[in-house]
Amino acid sequence: MLQVILFNITNGLIIGAFYVLMALGLSLILNLSNVINFAHGNFLALGGYFAFVLTPYIGFWGALVVSPLLSAVLGIIIERVMIRQVYNRDPVYSLLLTFGLGFIIQDVCRYIWGPNGLPLGVPDAMAAPLSSTLFFITWYRVFMVAVVIVAVAGLFAFLRFTKVGVRIRAGTLDLETVAALGVNVRMLRSFNFGLGCLLAGLSGVLAGGQIGLNPNMGDDLLMPSFIAIIVGGVGSLTGTLVGGLLIGVAAALTTVVWPSGSEAVIYIIMAVVLILRPRGLMGEEGMMA
Amino acid sequence: MSATTMGAVPRRPPIDPRWLKLAAIWLVLLTAPAWMSLVGGYTALASRVLILGLAAMSFNILLGFTGVMSFGHAAYFGLGAYGAGLTLKYLAASTPLAMLFGTLLGGVAGALFGLFIVRRRGVYFAMVTVAFGQIAFYIAYTWNDLTGGYDGLRGFVRAPLHLGVANIDIAGNGTLFYYFVLFVFGAAVALQGLLLASPMGRTFLAIRENERRARFLGIPIERHIWLSFTASCVFTALAGSLYALLNNFADPMALHYSLSGEIVIMTVMGGMRSFWGPLIGAAVFVVLQDYISSMTVNWMSFIGLIFVLVVLFFPRGLLGVFQRRENA
Repeated sequence: MLQVILFNITNGLIIGAFYVLMALGLSLILNLSNVINFAHGNFLALGGYFAFVLTPYIGFWGALVVSPLLSAVLGIIIERVMIRQVYNRDPVYSLLLTFGLGFIIQDVCRYIWGPNGLPLGVPDAMAAPLSSTLFFITWYRVFMVAVVIVAVAGLFAFLRFTKVGVRIRAGTLDLETVAALGVNVRMLRSFNFGLGCLLAGLSGVLAGGQIGLNPNMGDDLLMPSFIAIIVGGVGSLTGTLVGGLLIGVAAALTTVVWPSGSEAVIYIIMAVVLILRPRGLMGEEGMMA
Repeated sequence: MSATTMGAVPRRPPIDPRWLKLAAIWLVLLTAPAWMSLVGGYTALASRVLILGLAAMSFNILLGFTGVMSFGHAAYFGLGAYGAGLTLKYLAASTPLAMLFGTLLGGVAGALFGLFIVRRRGVYFAMVTVAFGQIAFYIAYTWNDLTGGYDGLRGFVRAPLHLGVANIDIAGNGTLFYYFVLFVFGAAVALQGLLLASPMGRTFLAIRENERRARFLGIPIERHIWLSFTASCVFTALAGSLYALLNNFADPMALHYSLSGEIVIMTVMGGMRSFWGPLIGAAVFVVLQDYISSMTVNWMSFIGLIFVLVVLFFPRGLLGVFQRRENA
């Protein structure tokens, strides 16, 4: 029984970690550009497939670094060519645009790599379990959580201590003033979009090593990521972090007692938060309202 | 729907062009079963256009006429479908009853959910609606015993209509069913037209045009957005119940947010500032989708491309191109 609970808690942490990575990327883009990136799950899949292509040449470790960067570059290109066109329009257009892009990316992945699952090889040492009593936890699971922690800490440090990071945070609060102070907002938004896609791509590589690759692998993460943002409060990255962890762990703990209810509890949390605290746990009053 | 604006005094044509437009639309709709097969279509496709057109026009009460964007309307469409299917399967073999319960299920769900979200705006409103919409998808997907889960709800058929004097066999005859759908469609859009022309509908427009000014005028904004949302959900659920009757099947994908996206693109593609625009958008989208998915397995790319092209090149929609003077 203890093992079952431990298993589910580690599972919950891992799932929560993915929610957090996805949701932070979405949240970055939403906060600065007011765009909900419906294609975010597809950038995740792309990250995984890039790693699949690169692993034979540069190994898993190389792919872990390079594929998220490739996702980011692709994200920046797409932002420059298309998404930029709709910033000043009714938000319905950015939704429809990223929605359509998601369809296209998913279908292109299916066309190139086929509709069936593909394995992404991880180094043998990481596929081994921690010990004979903890046979259900592989080193890879520990590694995933560690990478996510490093990535999230890195993101927050970046936003806090670098000039660009501070500008992104300032732009979230008041983009017009930031522009008036001479910051190139177009560049900032491009970079920020790329940063979001980088996080998605990183999730894709990590997830691919655990569950393999398929063209719609990001879809299941998209809705919980929305909910993580809603629960945490729109406009607050810390809130997104808390929201993602909260629903991830809650879902995992529910699995112990009510296996099919893990997704239900996510929706229940969202409903409760919206009733008791409509702006979200850490959302600013009046943000986006 | 054209409001005469100050300054521009239109010369008056012998016949009001609005009546001509209306006559043309109804002529096309009434004769559709006769010519659909000549242009490579089929009657069920025409019914699908009408049903999704009704869904898009209902959605447009909210998007186009109140200026609030929901991205979760598939939930109410699907609830309408499941409500109708469950009624036929477990309660009674009555088509009107199925439509009533389907519409009620979706409408009540929309009215309740609307209470949560009327204070949200813009992308946040869209995000909350899409997340809430997925609850319905999740329930249908998980509650296997009742809804059939992933495979969808099967095992029901639409029942013939008993009108006292005559029975109308909409169950066996696709063309008769088309006219039944057209009748319901006509009644629903007539109600929508009356709603939008009423003082309440004018208030919706005021909110769309300038929410702050409307608030200063003492209009209860939240209540009106809720009313608009609820009305929109009720009509969408009605469309959903017709969809279940058309297919004799309720599909969890009818609840999925992809369909919400499709309803939005139909509306925008047709022209969200126009009353009939969403119907035109639905006709183009449904026919294209039917054609593309029969031609290639990579239909998703083409559908995605439609989204991208409409957003980048036809943001005002196909009708909007001709209507620049309105709300320019």
